[in-house]
Parts: sequence; C-alpha cells; structure tokens
Amino acid sequence: MTDALAELLAGPPRVVTAGVELFETTLRDQAVDIVPVDWRPPVDGLSSELAAIVADPRTDAANRTALERITAAEPRWVGITTARDAVGLDTGQFLHAGPPITWERASGPMRGALIAAMLYEGMADTPEAAERIGASGSLELAPCHSRGAVGPMAGVVSPSMPMFAVENAAFGNTAYCTLNEGLGKVLRYGAYAPEVIERLNWMQAVLGPAMDAAVQQVGSLDLRALIIQAIQMGDELHNRNRAASALFVREVVPPLLEAGIDPSDLADVVRFINGNEHFFLNLGMPSAKAALDPARDIPGSSVVVAMARNGTDFGIQVSGTGDRWFTAPATVPDGLYLGDYGADDANPDIGDSTIMETGGIGGFVMAAAPAIVRFVGGQAADALDATRSMYSITIGEHPHFQVPILEFRGSPVGIDVTRVARTDTVPAVNTGIAGKVAGTGQVGAGLVTPPMQVFTDAVRALAESAHPA
Amino acid sequence: MVDHLDVRRGAYADSVSLMQVSRRVGDVDGVTNALIAMATELNLDLLAGMGFDQVDAGPGDMVVAVRAGDDDAVTAALAELEAALAASSGGAASAGFGDAPPPRTVRDAAAIGGDLALISTPGEHAYLEAVDALRAGLHVMLFSDNVPLDQEIALKAEAADRGLLAMGPDAGTAIISGVGLGFANVVAPGPVGIVAASGTGAQHLTCLLDDAGVGISHVLGVGGRDLKAEVGGAGTRQALVALDADPTTELIVLLSKPPAEAVAAAIREFTGELSTPVVFGLLGPTEDDLSGVATTVIERIGGPVPTWPTWGEPPVPDGAGPGRLVGLFSGGTLCSEALLVAEAALGPVASNISADPERRLTDELTADGHVLLDLGEDEHTRGRPHPMIDQRLRLERIAAEAADPDTRVLLLDVVLGHGAHADPAAELAPAIRAARERARAEERMLHVIVSLCGTGSDPQGRDRQAAALVDAGAYVTVSNADAARAAVTAMEVPA
Repeated sequence: MTDALAELLAGPPRVVTAGVELFETTLRDQAVDIVPVDWRPPVDGLSSELAAIVADPRTDAANRTALERITAAEPRWVGITTARDAVGLDTGQFLHAGPPITWERASGPMRGALIAAMLYEGMADTPEAAERIGASGSLELAPCHSRGAVGPMAGVVSPSMPMFAVENAAFGNTAYCTLNEGLGKVLRYGAYAPEVIERLNWMQAVLGPAMDAAVQQVGSLDLRALIIQAIQMGDELHNRNRAASALFVREVVPPLLEAGIDPSDLADVVRFINGNEHFFLNLGMPSAKAALDPARDIPGSSVVVAMARNGTDFGIQVSGTGDRWFTAPATVPDGLYLGDYGADDANPDIGDSTIMETGGIGGFVMAAAPAIVRFVGGQAADALDATRSMYSITIGEHPHFQVPILEFRGSPVGIDVTRVARTDTVPAVNTGIAGKVAGTGQVGAGLVTPPMQVFTDAVRALAESAHPA
Repeated sequence: MVDHLDVRRGAYADSVSLMQVSRRVGDVDGVTNALIAMATELNLDLLAGMGFDQVDAGPGDMVVAVRAGDDDAVTAALAELEAALAASSGGAASAGFGDAPPPRTVRDAAAIGGDLALISTPGEHAYLEAVDALRAGLHVMLFSDNVPLDQEIALKAEAADRGLLAMGPDAGTAIISGVGLGFANVVAPGPVGIVAASGTGAQHLTCLLDDAGVGISHVLGVGGRDLKAEVGGAGTRQALVALDADPTTELIVLLSKPPAEAVAAAIREFTGELSTPVVFGLLGPTEDDLSGVATTVIERIGGPVPTWPTWGEPPVPDGAGPGRLVGLFSGGTLCSEALLVAEAALGPVASNISADPERRLTDELTADGHVLLDLGEDEHTRGRPHPMIDQRLRLERIAAEAADPDTRVLLLDVVLGHGAHADPAAELAPAIRAARERARAEERMLHVIVSLCGTGSDPQGRDRQAAALVDAGAYVTVSNADAARAAVTAMEVPA
C-alpha cells in the first residue's frame, strides 16, 4: 500500500482530462477541479513510434540525465586559440555552420564566406580564383559541430582564425567559436571585400592576442553568471546581446588595461568590442555548445543536442542517435528587413546560432526580451507565448536561466523530439537573416519555423532502435 | 443536390463532440447528409461511402461534408456548424495577454495540478498520455478502448512499480469519493467498494444497491481485459489493495466476467489475504445475475432486501402464438445478462456479443428469430455516437423492428447518470409509442420492456424518465434481470 493509493481514495480527486469533452463537462457539473488538456493527435500518425520510444525503459532516465548534464554546465572563457590548434584544421580545411554541405549545394552566403576564408588564408588572390578552387571540389568541409565548435551565420572557420575557448568546468569539455566581426560587410554573412579580409587580419594580429592577454590576467571569466545577468537585463542572447556585450566590456576592460597592450591597439580593441553589441554572441554560442556536448550519446535519450543550419538545410542531432544529422530544406525566416531589402533578398536560414535555443536561451527566453519583439516583427504578448509554449516540448527548466516576468521561472530546456511530434510544436527560433547574394551581409531579422520533418525523422530513428518495455 | 466539402487544416475536436456537431448540422432543414469529422482513414472511408469526392487530408485535419437540397440549405448548415463548433469548444479558456497556453499533454496539465488523469483519446494515442500521467505521479483512468494489449500490460506494470492505480483501458465507469468519472450514476456514500471489469455492470450494481439504501465508497473500473491471462489481474490487484486500505470500505465486490482459471485462482488467493471481505460477482451462465449479486451484498451488509422498483403493468402472455424477442441495448453487460436469461428460457438467441460463434452476428446484425444486440459495441458505433449518448441508432432500429409482424417483445435498456443522454425518454418514448400504435393498427401485440439503470439522484430524474416511458406503453424495471425475465414471460405461449 503506497501513500499515493491511500491519497487517491481519501477525498474527491482533482482530475486532468484528455480526450472526449463530454467527460470534462460531467466533471464540471459535479464541481470537480479539472485541468483539461488541449489534446491533438501527434503529427504524421506517429503514435506507435512514439509509444516505442516512451516504452523504452532507458528513455525516461536518459532524458533526465541529459537535462541534468545540460543544466549543470559551468561555461568559462579560458583563452584564445587558433583554429589550427583548437579544432585541428590544416590549410585547405574549413569548418562551416549546420549539417554537412558541399560547395555545389552551398548557398550564396556560404560560398561567399568560404571565398573570404580562402582569400584570408592566402589560398587565392582574387574572389574568382577562390571560387574556382571551391568549384573544383578540393576544399575539405566539415560541420563546426563535428569538431566541438559552433559558428554564427555561415560559421566558416579557417586554420588561422583566432577562436574563443570556452571550458565547461563541470565536465571538463571545451567548445570553440570565432570572434565576432561586427555588423555590415562581414565574412559570416558571406562578404569577401578587401575590408573584410583586412578586418580578419587585424583580428588575428591584434584583437585575438589582446583578448587572450586580458583573460590570462583574470584566469578565466564565468560566462554562466554573465548570461544569467544578461537575461535579467532583457537579452535573449541570440538576436539581442546588448546587455551581455556591455557586461562583457565591463569585465574585460580592466584586465585589458593591466595586460600591457600597446596603447593605440588597446584603444582600437576597446572601441571594436564596445561598438559591437553582438560581440557576446560568439561567447554565448560556445557556452551553449559546451553545456550541450556532455548530453550527447546517451542511449535512449530523445533530447536534441544540436540544431543548426547551413543556408541550404536545417539539421538536428539527437542524444540517442549519436552524430547522425536529421535534415530538411531550410526555410526563409519570417521577419522585418533592413532598408530596401525584402523577402526576395533573403537567404534560407543559416548558422549554428540555434545552439542558443537548443540550450534553453534565444527564442526560448523571448519572454525575458520583450524589447526585441518589434525587431522580429511581433508584439510583447508574442514573446510571452513563445517562451511559454516551449515548456510543452522540453524536458525541464533551467535552474539558472530565469525569466523575471514568469515569476523567475527557469527557462524551458532540453528539447524532446517526442514532445515536438506530440504537440505539433517546433522550437521557437530567433535569427538574423542573411542576403542570398554572396557579400550582401545582413538584410533583416526574424523568426524561423524549423521544419517538422527533422523531428519526425528523429522520432522514427529512435523508435527503430528502441528497446522493448 | 449540392455537395459542400472543405478541409480545415489543423482544426481538432474529439470524435464524440464532432458526432454531435454532425447531428446538429444534419438536422438543418434541407440537409440530407452531414459528416464533420477528423480525417482519419475510417472517416475518409465513411465519406467515400456517402458518395463524397475524395479529399486530401490527414488525421490532424477536420473535414466538413454537407449534402443538401440547395445552396441556401448549405449556407444554413455551415452557419449551424460554426455555432455547434463554438459551443463544443466552450471548455477551453481563451488565452489573453499573460495567460499560459493550455496544456497540450497530460504531463503539462499534471504540472498545473491533479491526482488522476481521465484519458479518453482515441486508443492508439492513449498510451502516451497515460505514461505521462504515471510519470507525473497521477493515477490513470483510461476510458479509451482499442489500446494494444502490450501497452495495457506495460502501463499496469509501470503503475504497480510507482504505487499508482491504472484503471482501464476500456474503463467506462468509476466513482471516487462520490466523483463520477466517465459514465456513472449518482449514488449515496457508504460501505461498499466495487472493483469492476465491466462499466455498465458496475453502473447497474451501484443503482441496485443505492435503491436498497446501501451506499458506495468507491467504484474502481479496471477494464474488460484485466482478468484475462495476459494481464493477470494487475489492475484488479492494485484496486483491491487500495480499497482494502480505505477506512470507509467495509465490503468489496469484484465484478467481472468469469476470468481465466489460473487468474481466478490467483485472485482468490490474493483476496484471502485482505482484511476486507470480498464478494465475487462473476457474470456467467452458472452464476448469480447482477440483481442476485446485489441481494448477496445487501444481506452481507445487513440491510433488508428490497423488491426492485417497477413502473407500469408487466406484460402478460397473450397466447398470440410464437414471435420474436428483440433486445436493443446500449450497455454491454446489461445485454449479456439479458442474453443469459433469454437463452435459458427460449433456447438460442442471436447476438453480436454471443460467445458462440455460430450465433454471433456480424455486419448486418439482423436475424429471423430472437435477437439481442449490444448497439454500444465498438464495431457497431464506428463513426456513430454511442447509444448511451445519442438514441438515433436505436430509434431507427426500433422503427424497423416494429415493422416486422413477428416482433412480439421489444426489450430496451436506458442508462442514466453522468455522461449519459440528458433526457433519453424524450426521444425513446415517441418511438415506443409509434411502434406500439403500428402494431395495434395491424392488430398484433407488441410489448415494450425497459430496464432502467439509474438512481433517484441522477440528473435525468429516474421517476420522470420512467413515467414518460410508461406513458408511451412500456413496462419499466430497475432490475435488468427482471426486465429480461418479464420479456421471457411475455413470450410464453400457452400450452
């Protein structure tokens, strides 16, 4: 005899109802407390597949383990390393955002970014020459995610680029990301004009070493604490990094001053990071990546460990299915455009920055960032709805990332592909929009609707390998 | 004729609500056919069967098909549709600024609060929601039928591991501390706890006990398969344990069809270790009928055994020569009980729930001789509302049977209580009257006997229902077995 059984018969029950509305009505007529479920059938008639996953004796515990690992993360910025050392790239090898892609299938901004990277690495003297190398098929391309890295937009990483190293102190793993170039004509949006390459050279020669010197002064910088504060200050840390970048400047300037950097370089460095309110994005992304990687490869787990786009495909990876990518064509984000740009100028969705949503930030904490809803074409209530609807597709709540307007409720975290399929609700994603012509840069910002197919394909794959109850 | 066909992508309502919506639309003047349903394979087949064009739609889409005499009728039908849909979605609170979206799964609802989840989704989806409930620490009542057997076994094992109760699948009735779940009658509180593998059986027993002044502590439904060998009475054991520990329960009744021998032996051994006495109500040919079980229980409690109430005059044998007994039931157990009584007296009776495959009716459900039908059987209700909720299926059948000159006795059940039709007599009485008038006009006898499963406290008003039925010419009894016996008596041909 358990307490639960005794309690059941101790008094009138409070009843959760799902299904026939008649029974809600009869309970209401009896003045019983009810919580009705707004129930719908799962998408694609996936009931038996979903049942197989839910019945797998490993799944429940595996998902709880995944959630514990993700939320226990302690990301710290520990240094700057070249891509050559950090992710083991050699000349001619490049990382890119999203699931695997070939030059042939790459979109405009992805090709543009690769052209920029080839010019920067000295592999070609002109964009045309770089394009010929790309078209020849000789480039070795791999997803950032395959090397413990993430990259915003095109996410192209070449061997000489400096990268932030972010260590997860709770698990000892490290994630990497390049340094943010600012807005306008930049490599990550596919621009390869001379000024782009000049800036990359300056970042390699001046910015990278200065940043490394600064962080060595303090040993490391607690990024989780900074993210917690930034959420309370109105950032969702994907499309709005204003507070986080300001907080970062506040943390990094004193050690920069102490690091003995040449005064004219120092002024350039401070002016550069202070003038770029997305500077922190390239620290937030590896923080999320470092938090999610320990949740990979847990047998039976249906938790998403990466969502990423390469400008052609939208892909996800799921803990219980290893390194396999589930992909579908990327869609054009729905949002507002800068200047004269319009939807016709937009490239399909691109970038690893959806690692933020995967880690329970970004679109998942929209309710904390009502200031950006206009920027992505919505109203304040939409921000609340976005966050609240994400609780129905996630395993749990983040104990540290709290949303003030929801009474400091923890952010929804640990996307469960089975819940996505059951509720027909895809993750809410904020994003920047890249121009589709290489070199255009950012043309807008908005919301992305990830393709349901990647989640249903993952459900089918998990069901195939599910253990019987 | 004008056909209107449209698909509403992503719109959803449960099948019971949509059948009622379909009926409202079908009742609009000038409308000859209406089907508003989720585009499941089954419903798309129905649509094709009605001669509508094919539509490209899936189970997550709502399809609206209306056939009417002219465009005006279609317009009126669509207006009625909108009104009916709006009325049926009255339960879901509209979300304003700052309101949380309604929970989409049982897990999310359980996070808001709850002790028990009442799940009545289509059977193939029910397991997911039930597991959500158990993992959130909620007990489960699974009304849904057609849940795969392996899922039932897994659910009951998980429930036992977690110290929770999983009732069902196919659990139609439960009462917990006076709260009726699913279909349940309004009964007074008291010392008798019931574990039931039969929904209408439990309803009938509680009504009989209530009538004798014996109150009910709880009714825990376990579903019709619980005592089969594969499930092994897993739900029954949990329910027995719960009732045994319940301080208000002094006597437990276990109500079921005769279980598999090994399961029966194991359950008897299990009940022997309980501190609360257990009465077995096994609904089989050599066992007491439900009225007999009620009598045993009343005697054990020490109450006076009542005469079960009746209304109207019992039919007397009229010596009109042989004829047919036709039973049209909404409750499965009520039908099978009547079948046992009828076969003992009259010999073979055709039925869709007959244990004997030779006598079991399938598709057409018609037979030349005696016939007793459970019109609430799954196969018969596909795409149509259950006769406990909507009498239309029976009204059609009553008219058809009354037209047969050989039909001598019409035996019906009427189930009252929460969930049942709000005023069944209002629909049945005119049909009964018309049937009797037709027989009289053709100078033959047609007896109508109604087994009325209800209590004086049921929202439909038992006395009012009985009076309306008697006024139409029926003889009404509270005891279902007595109703069947009265039917048999009326069939007797003088030697």
